[in-house]
Amino acid sequence: MSSTSLAQPLPTGLGNKKFIIGGVLILVAVVYLIISSTAAGAQFFFTIDELNERGSQAVGKPARVAGAVLGDTIEYDPETLTLTFTMVHMPADTRLINDDGGLAKALYEAVNDTTRARLQVQYIGVKPDLLAHEVEAIVAGKLGEDGVFYADENGLLLRCPTRYEAALPAQAGE
Amino acid sequence: MIADLGFFALLVAFLLALYACAAAAYGHWRKQARWVASARSAAVLGFPLLTVACASLVYSLVNLDFQLQYVTQVSSHSMPLYLRATALWGGQAGSLLFWSWLMAAFTFAVMLREWRRDRDLEPWVIIVTSATLAFFLALILFFENPFLRYWQGITGTVWTAMWQPAGAQPYIPMDGNGLNPLLRHPGMIIHPPMLYIGFVAFVVPFAFAIAALVTGRSDDRWIRVTRRWTLVAWLFLSLGLILGSRWAYDVLGWGGYWGWDPVEIAAFMPWLTGTAFLHSVMIQEKRGMFKHWNMLLIILTYCLVIFGTFLTRSGVLSSVHAFAQSAIGPMFFAFISLTFIVSLALLNKRWSTLRSEVEMTSLLSRESLFLINNLLFMGILLICFWGVVFPIVSEASGGIGRAIPALAHIFTGQRATVGPIFYESATGPLWAALLLLMGVAPLAAWRASTARTLGRTIWKPFIVSLVVLAGLLVGGMRNPLGLLSLWICAFVLLVTIYEFWRGAQARMQRGENPLQAFWRLIGRNRRRYGGYIIHLGVILIAVGIIGIEMFQQETQGRLAVGERMHLGSYSIEYESLAEFETPDGRLVDRAVVNVYKDGAFLTQLYPRRDFYYESQQAMTIPGLRSTLENDVYVLLVDWEAVSASSATFKLYVNPLVNWVWYGGFVFIFGTLVASWPEAELRPVRQRLRAANTERA
Repeated sequence: MSSTSLAQPLPTGLGNKKFIIGGVLILVAVVYLIISSTAAGAQFFFTIDELNERGSQAVGKPARVAGAVLGDTIEYDPETLTLTFTMVHMPADTRLINDDGGLAKALYEAVNDTTRARLQVQYIGVKPDLLAHEVEAIVAGKLGEDGVFYADENGLLLRCPTRYEAALPAQAGE
Repeated sequence: MIADLGFFALLVAFLLALYACAAAAYGHWRKQARWVASARSAAVLGFPLLTVACASLVYSLVNLDFQLQYVTQVSSHSMPLYLRATALWGGQAGSLLFWSWLMAAFTFAVMLREWRRDRDLEPWVIIVTSATLAFFLALILFFENPFLRYWQGITGTVWTAMWQPAGAQPYIPMDGNGLNPLLRHPGMIIHPPMLYIGFVAFVVPFAFAIAALVTGRSDDRWIRVTRRWTLVAWLFLSLGLILGSRWAYDVLGWGGYWGWDPVEIAAFMPWLTGTAFLHSVMIQEKRGMFKHWNMLLIILTYCLVIFGTFLTRSGVLSSVHAFAQSAIGPMFFAFISLTFIVSLALLNKRWSTLRSEVEMTSLLSRESLFLINNLLFMGILLICFWGVVFPIVSEASGGIGRAIPALAHIFTGQRATVGPIFYESATGPLWAALLLLMGVAPLAAWRASTARTLGRTIWKPFIVSLVVLAGLLVGGMRNPLGLLSLWICAFVLLVTIYEFWRGAQARMQRGENPLQAFWRLIGRNRRRYGGYIIHLGVILIAVGIIGIEMFQQETQGRLAVGERMHLGSYSIEYESLAEFETPDGRLVDRAVVNVYKDGAFLTQLYPRRDFYYESQQAMTIPGLRSTLENDVYVLLVDWEAVSASSATFKLYVNPLVNWVWYGGFVFIFGTLVASWPEAELRPVRQRLRAANTERA
């Protein structure tokens, strides 16, 4: 976009090739920066099933995995700030989840289905208040060779099915 | 009813905006000045009408008229008066109304200017501003009406409607949900208005640009008319970004100030094109070049402004900024597409009349360096845009990855996102180049410069900057990127200061005393030296960013009472923790922490956690010791319930981060200097008289 619109106001004589070359060089540099940084900074979203399908290919690569938290598996050591828990596979498509009765139902089905794939997660940091049974956890990190998913620093996000905004406050005088 | 009044004012303002468009177009087509005059009156009226609408909503918010859905959503009994009033922009519907009100205010101000020399542009300026306003008012009226009321039917169901439905009774909730606690911060009260002013003010130069395109005026009149408007827009946009960063630093509790959140980027993108525009219009004014480019830049800036508003309002992206999901997304998309296509079509139609008046000859001339500056800004824009759309692109474009194996790791067909690492590593080199250019470009001559002439003006600061570099090395800094970037900052700072000194010295040789020389140097070339002052501010900001980005240290741990945690030469000691309730509905847990440097007591800090009962939401407020050298930033993240015998803290040492805020002040001052009306604009007679008295 920038190269075509700029080429126009520039003169086209032989001595002015240097401007076009200069502009192209900058454009090439920008494209190179975008490609190399995307490769370094991209995090791909996976469901637990998708992660398992990739097997050893997925080990050590930055990824973002969502799943339903199993409450009984949450363990926390406040001395070392080590948090571990297990997540159960759930579908990734939000639209599908919403059409099928919402996040609450999807989470309920996930934690009560023993046939689904599971993933153990380790996170070093403060245990979030929201971490509990039947909430959705989104962890960013890398799968280790031992099959445990190691979350990055600040790489743990939680989503609860209920949002207070939706609730209607009680009427005055009731 | 106050709310009815507000709604009617809104409705009338909408109809008048539509009328203004139609009347201006008709007046232009029929060449009838009275229709344009009538359109102008309609456009002027938008501001008082929307003032009534905003005032009535503020009145309802302050007086807690909970029958209004919007009031219930963002206001509550426990909120102090000033927060209830500023809740006007705390939610979706209200902030759209506020946006429109600012838009109307700018239209009002533009309409009151002296139009004698620009009669031909006037109808089109009215059309563009009124059409933008009408679009936003339509969104409010038909999709996000802040005046909707709750009603309850006989069966007990509650719904919202503007007017009382048959058989329904008013439903008045006891209390509201209250403003999101994250937004209850002084920075949050002024950050959105600043950003919005910056956004809407860019509509003015865009309107003039479109007017120039439609009427076929190829001169730079539209740029000269809107120069100050553009500077004001840019100033407020910059202020909004700086204040937003400060808010994030104080409130979000992650030790940072900028997270490359998609919505931050959405506000940043018009700033990038706007900054490029500010620079490249100078080339058009001085040399009659870059005419297409300037048109393209202002069109892009306007579209990005609307796009930014769209991203925050539509709920397509989830972030700290986004409001709830909404139906207005497709409307925004249609509006932006339409504006962009129509603008580009107009530009295409006038392409041949906008040819450059001269040709560029030297690669080191100032115009050429400005062009590089523009390309670098566009590069950063491209990176930001790519980052924002990447989640959509990567999922949809698996085919590219399969077709070109070299790119298979980018276009995987898998849903993905890019984080701060992407933006930092991609934009970093471009920022460094821009910074360097900022020092060198103002020294290059117009038309032609050679490396020799350029070298002659910069070799002295260059030598001194090497001394600074040596100082950093002796001081023990070994981070190569840190050294390189701080050296660039030092070099550019010295070059800029040297420029001031050279200018003042030339005046001193004519017999002025140093203070006088310095004052007049800036006073007589406000635009140029204001620009240099802005550059000085940018360098300070850059130093702060380099400090926190490259040298930030952090640690976390659980401390028993009396125990210490160390980080570099600092340590913190957990002394005690108290829990108490506040009248505005918070449960506060506040820790007392002693800070030591090299073992000597420094200060006491009070990091705390506020829990808001209403929203069931917690907020982590850091304890902060701020100096020019660094910030000691302590977060209370967890504690042993009841006994409080131990607590978990996160400790950051953020070097130089305060330079960002001080740099911000310098930056604002420079913009004010640059936009202050020039003395040369005074009538000739007055100037002669002044010269005579000076001589006497």
